[in-house]
Amino acid sequence: MTLTAPSKAPATIDTVIDSVDRAADEVVTLVLRRTDGANFPAWEPGAHVDVHLENGLIRQYSLCSPTADRSTLQIGVLRTPDSRGGSAFVHDNLWPGTELTISAPRNNFPLVKSRKYMFIAGGIGITPIIPMMEAAEAAGKEWVLHYGGRSRTSMAFLDELVTKYGPEKIRIYANDEDNMLDLTQVLAMPRAHMLVYACGPGGMLNAIEDLCMGWPPGALHIERFVATELGAAANSEPFEVELAQTGTTVTVQPDETIVDAVEQAGARVLSSCRAGVCGTCETRIIAGEPEHRDAVLTEEDKAAGEVMLPCVSRAAAGCSRLVLDL
Amino acid sequence: MTTTIEPAVFTEDPFDEAALKDPYPFLQRLRETGPVSYLEATGSYAIVGYDEVYEVLMDFETFISSGGLGPHDIRKDEAWRPPSILESDPPIHTVMRRALTGVINPSTVRALREPFTAPAVEIVNDLTQFDRFDAVTDLAEKYPIRVFPDAVGLPQEGREHLLPYGNMVFNAFGPENYIYQQAFAEGDAHSAAVMKLCQRESLDDSGFGAKIYERINDGLITEEQAALLVRALLSAGVDTTIFGIGNTLSVLARYPEAWQRLRENPSMAKFAIDEALRVESPFQKFHRTVATATTLGGVDLPEGAKVLVFVGAANRDPAKWGDDAAEFSLDRSSSGHVAFGMGLHQCVGQPIARLEMEIVLQQLLEKFETLELADEPVPFIHNVLRGFESVPLKVSPKR
Repeated sequence: MTLTAPSKAPATIDTVIDSVDRAADEVVTLVLRRTDGANFPAWEPGAHVDVHLENGLIRQYSLCSPTADRSTLQIGVLRTPDSRGGSAFVHDNLWPGTELTISAPRNNFPLVKSRKYMFIAGGIGITPIIPMMEAAEAAGKEWVLHYGGRSRTSMAFLDELVTKYGPEKIRIYANDEDNMLDLTQVLAMPRAHMLVYACGPGGMLNAIEDLCMGWPPGALHIERFVATELGAAANSEPFEVELAQTGTTVTVQPDETIVDAVEQAGARVLSSCRAGVCGTCETRIIAGEPEHRDAVLTEEDKAAGEVMLPCVSRAAAGCSRLVLDL
Repeated sequence: MTTTIEPAVFTEDPFDEAALKDPYPFLQRLRETGPVSYLEATGSYAIVGYDEVYEVLMDFETFISSGGLGPHDIRKDEAWRPPSILESDPPIHTVMRRALTGVINPSTVRALREPFTAPAVEIVNDLTQFDRFDAVTDLAEKYPIRVFPDAVGLPQEGREHLLPYGNMVFNAFGPENYIYQQAFAEGDAHSAAVMKLCQRESLDDSGFGAKIYERINDGLITEEQAALLVRALLSAGVDTTIFGIGNTLSVLARYPEAWQRLRENPSMAKFAIDEALRVESPFQKFHRTVATATTLGGVDLPEGAKVLVFVGAANRDPAKWGDDAAEFSLDRSSSGHVAFGMGLHQCVGQPIARLEMEIVLQQLLEKFETLELADEPVPFIHNVLRGFESVPLKVSPKR
């Protein structure tokens, strides 16, 4: 899956593509090796890497190879119809032998220890779930995967998952077989000590969020596709942020985030993903107009303009000063 | 393989007046008998260790709620009212919880900050003319009753029944002793009045109540369930917050240096409230029912047994919080306390309660340079709630 929020680039790793395989309709998997022959850093299920494409785009893709094998990394990429060039570039321009710069693995979707898991994947959302199932199986946990897609041919890793774990654990739902994934049914009965991990398109995740309101708080963990890719900020000018709790004012340059600028000024912001997907840094707006660039706030929240996520969101064009409750 | 032991038998009655007046010496003696013990007086099992309480709250399949939160199994003995969301299990609980969480969540509660602030400013401003006031009767009992019913969308008429009704609901989580009898003295009148307030036609169009009824339209809940959910808000949303405010101030009044630090940094108010709720938890205890025989804290619990979950003990368990567990500390992370419960049945109204408490405390910090006890607080005698009838304060208003 792709996460498309800008983030401060960590150290990069030079890799070369080992193999490219067609995993399903419009889905390719890429296996990457380090050009220096060394192992990749250790990573945990749910992690992703930034992939720096030659056309200047940076895209995030979840890792779907075994965590134990650090000699290679595998990612799966769906060609999205509305792609602004990320997934299309991957499909059309990357071949075995192509060199590719990536970030070290990072994790916004960690598998929290629990006794039982329910995994729900929609389409290419299967990728971060694959290492999670491996970890759950290795630890002898009770788990099940509900995996839905348009048709079996559009669903990557289908056969190998069924072969590896069996049909009891791998429940397949294909729309064209008149067997749609019925989320209401699979989430009707909350289970004690069970966490729900879901990844897939926004509509599916919204439905899951609604249904999981009947589950224990915190049971649901999701990773969002960002349906519309985040383009350049509308406001390319520096702007000021006043920290209302101290009266300090910091200037935010076009190439840094509010959180970065605030932290450099010595103030604290509680933040986690720094990619506009987790909501930890939600901050109250006291004055000024934001440009919301996150994937957490609802349209209603964004319209109300009372809070923002300063890890990705900025001052709107024409607004030179934000006053935040920091 | 772990071996199980017969539980230690504890002979003191947790609903004895002395234990209700000052629960902590009692809880200390109970804790010394083990994390799980058998209560002779009630025939139930006392759960006092943090880990054990946490496990009961998280394992809602083994420790079910449909047997009621009181000492009787309401699946066998008829309850005094139709079961609430608190007294239900999945999947019945699931749709009701979904309806409630859809209406009360951080995003909808955020919008309450402004309407909730003006009454707090007014009440606290009135207090600045005094050097002494009572945190309970002059403040805590005045504030939530003013803002919360508005948020639900209640008419003015009938609000006087909310406090007596809440007192009934929570006292019924204990035995039918004299405290229960007193709470239920005019029970029928209060029940009828509150049920009337819960009907769709009683509620305005914009409050939480109306929004709950909207979920009938998409088929999530029935009209009867909507009324029960509004009833749940009204029974759980007032007393607990009153006690939350009173208890928080009863704690802070003993820590003048904490008051000064909070005045210098009022954004710490929410951490202070959280820690105060750990030390003086308003909802001290309730029952669950063992659905299938299990072992907890090394003790075998038979199917059908009632367990009495001591939230107030878990929140002061030295094994979890350290040797100074009974002390308030602004520097402690109180994260993980179970004052609002935990897991499936965790308090839905938590963001509202926290908002109310934070607004009140911030107003007090702004207006009073010092705030200390003028006299010892007088405990409120209640089967399961911990709070005060009176917390006399002496203050120095900012001039």
